[in-house]
Amino acid sequence: MRTGYAALLGGVMLAAAPMLGAQALTAPKTVEAGSSFSIESRGSGQATLYIVGLGGVVTRDVQLGSPISIAEGTVFNAGHYIAYVSTSPNEVATFDVVPAKVADISFLARPSRLPVGLRNGITGAVYVFDAYQNLVTTPTPVSFNISTPNAAPENRTAQAKNGAAWIALDSSPKEGAAHFVARAGGVSAVRVIQQVPGDPCGIKMSAKPNGKRITLQTDPVRDCSGNAVPDGTIVTFTENYHGGQSTVDVPLKRGVAQVEMPAIPGANITVASGVVLGNEIRWGK
Amino acid sequence: MTMLRPFVVATMVLIASAALAGAQATVHVTPPNLDGPRNLADQTATAVVKNYIESWESLNAALAANQPEQLDRDFVGAAKQKLTETIRQQAKAGIRTTYKDRSHDIQIVFYSPEGLSVELVDNVEYDVQVSSKGKTMAAQPVHSRYVVVMTPTEVRWRVRVLQAEGE
Repeated sequence: MRTGYAALLGGVMLAAAPMLGAQALTAPKTVEAGSSFSIESRGSGQATLYIVGLGGVVTRDVQLGSPISIAEGTVFNAGHYIAYVSTSPNEVATFDVVPAKVADISFLARPSRLPVGLRNGITGAVYVFDAYQNLVTTPTPVSFNISTPNAAPENRTAQAKNGAAWIALDSSPKEGAAHFVARAGGVSAVRVIQQVPGDPCGIKMSAKPNGKRITLQTDPVRDCSGNAVPDGTIVTFTENYHGGQSTVDVPLKRGVAQVEMPAIPGANITVASGVVLGNEIRWGK
Repeated sequence: MTMLRPFVVATMVLIASAALAGAQATVHVTPPNLDGPRNLADQTATAVVKNYIESWESLNAALAANQPEQLDRDFVGAAKQKLTETIRQQAKAGIRTTYKDRSHDIQIVFYSPEGLSVELVDNVEYDVQVSSKGKTMAAQPVHSRYVVVMTPTEVRWRVRVLQAEGE
């Protein structure tokens, strides 16, 4: 009788042994986004598989006891997932979906327009993504290139940390449209940045008598890098005489500003643009 | 060091506010370790962290009720699209999920040069629970490192990227 009980107890324990500690599912620890993978299942019979995460939910009717194949492109959002089957919901398997290779970059370049010769005036920020818009957080080299017509291109490389990289560059001494390129993992993005002449470096005017008036004209107005200041830039001529004052604002045309003002003996005439003051002329008596 | 003190104080205020609001999660904020040329004002850092913590409340509410509109306040762009699609899939599968955050350990790591994005990392502990027709089906405690990108909108910072990296 004792032997019978012992045999019966042993039989129950043997039958229960496979159940204790045995997970219904075994998933790989990590899966690359969008790739196919397989989940091992134990037991027998039909069940419904649930894969649940912030990145998505997948349900599938499965046959327990055989590997469950998850096709390419089924689970593609990076993140943490749990998997369980309807017959053993308490036995949860977990896995992480990690980003695939770089397939897209988000590139923000600022500003879109700036003066030439500005130190660290151009900035670029890049976030690197895979084909499923997952942020690629593994360290990734990002190359930046900026080229302006008639100026030497500048190349720099930065390492993306946590999916982000940035760069600061000087604007070129030459005016023109700069092509600012960011490249990572064979993917590139281009932004165009207009580099415009800076403020005038100096203004020089000359005067010629013209009957009862004076014709005042500037030399071609250039910035400190030798770029022509754009037409339309306002140049101000001021004539001071015997306690009176006349002021005329003139836009640059073909790089020069020209105006006629009254020829008043002893008048003092100045020229300026923005904060830049040019030469001064005293009109003779 | 003098720059650090107001931020720490602000963080303590944030934690106190969260506690007053009945939030369960404990929040620890490590001073920023910025990779970037732009200085991060204490007020900005505090707003970013506060809005991020609030986004977990919206996230949980939206997924627990299968109501994607509850994401509107705190999510934008890819994060919002992905979570909206997840909620649609949940509803189709007849399940709901809760993501109950227990603790956050947050550090801001990047402030973009033009000020249009902030990136933070968060070692977060939370409990995920799946239910169907009011019955709990599966539950799991999770410890993950999240990488988060937030962008400023009209009145608050919103989550544009929310991505777990595993334990």
